Amino acid sequence: MRGREDEWTGLMRSAMAGDDAAYHRLLKAVTPVLRAAARRGLARAGQPPDQAEDIVQEILLAVHLKRHTWDSEAPFAPWLFAIGRNKLIDALRRRGRRVFVNIDDFAETLPGEAPQDTASAGEVAAQLGTLPQRQRDVLQSIAVEAASIKDTAARLSMSEGAVRVALHRGLAALTAKLRDH
Amino acid sequence: MDTDQLIRSLAADNPHRAPRVGAVLSMALLVAAPLSILIFATFFGVRADVMSAMRNPFFDMKFAVTLSLAIPAIIVSLHLSRPEALLRGWGWLLLLPVGLLAVAIGSEAMMAPAMPMAMRLVGKNSRVCMVAIPAMALPLLAGALFGLRHGAPSRPALAGALAGLVSAGLAATLYAAHCTDDSPLFVATWYTLATALVTAIGAAVGSRVLRY
Repeated sequence: MRGREDEWTGLMRSAMAGDDAAYHRLLKAVTPVLRAAARRGLARAGQPPDQAEDIVQEILLAVHLKRHTWDSEAPFAPWLFAIGRNKLIDALRRRGRRVFVNIDDFAETLPGEAPQDTASAGEVAAQLGTLPQRQRDVLQSIAVEAASIKDTAARLSMSEGAVRVALHRGLAALTAKLRDH
Repeated sequence: MDTDQLIRSLAADNPHRAPRVGAVLSMALLVAAPLSILIFATFFGVRADVMSAMRNPFFDMKFAVTLSLAIPAIIVSLHLSRPEALLRGWGWLLLLPVGLLAVAIGSEAMMAPAMPMAMRLVGKNSRVCMVAIPAMALPLLAGALFGLRHGAPSRPALAGALAGLVSAGLAATLYAAHCTDDSPLFVATWYTLATALVTAIGAAVGSRVLRY
């Protein structure tokens, strides 16, 4: 457990230093842990586990947009799990549930827990449709079609800088819509 | 969009760098401060007898009290802008102005009273104080909330209350230069009430706008 969390901290330090591949690996590595914790939290609140993926995506977006609040001298896991807890509580409140989030839902992940498949998540996809055309096109190209920034710029006849701006604004707008809807 | 696709887009956005919360908060307070100073200069101004007042330690004490509220409140609010942060271990910083006031009230009590206690407590400016501090605090409160929105506080109402303490502490520092009531009893009563009002507004607004 400690080894895994040290690895996360190392990956996040590399990510903050500009290593995009390390960031990608980190997000892939934490996702199954977040998914398992979200499922546990939903189960505890008597909710069907099929909303777990929406919560996971909300957590990932928040992690991304708030990563400047992580102190690179501090371990990454407590920061990550605090965001996870907050987002789980928000999600349960939105569904009108009395919230009893066990603080250990995120802190302890049972070793050897079977990895869950990526379930479908509807909320991000639904909100994607409400974004301005430009941001939607850029997100579609980079996320769904796995195009690079450069290829996306060529395809949409935009500068790479404009693609980067649209990407970031799109992600920020998605997060705001998920929070407020 | 499935989660792997979302992760791909997040990784592509990794080069985007956001400024630290402290930098955004400082900028927002610097932008808001001229507005508060304008309110101060237009409606209140520095008291006429400021030169002689500066020889009165209780006049100086007011600034010590208000700044010992504003500066620790800034520090604690930045600490709480991290999601995993707890108030525990930091909350005592917010007791500094309380301690200073207690010392000041104690020292005044040991001196020959210039005025009866009731007069020192009620003062001449209690109503002005209750209007001036919140009025000058509002622009700063908006700035502080804007700055803290850049963070990720786990308890938005608490973070909003701290934004209220920051702005009330700074506004009270301005007001202290105007007010001719220097008794620590007056400060402990009316500055505290005005600060509580601003803090309550901060908590109420913060619980909405500081969710991330």
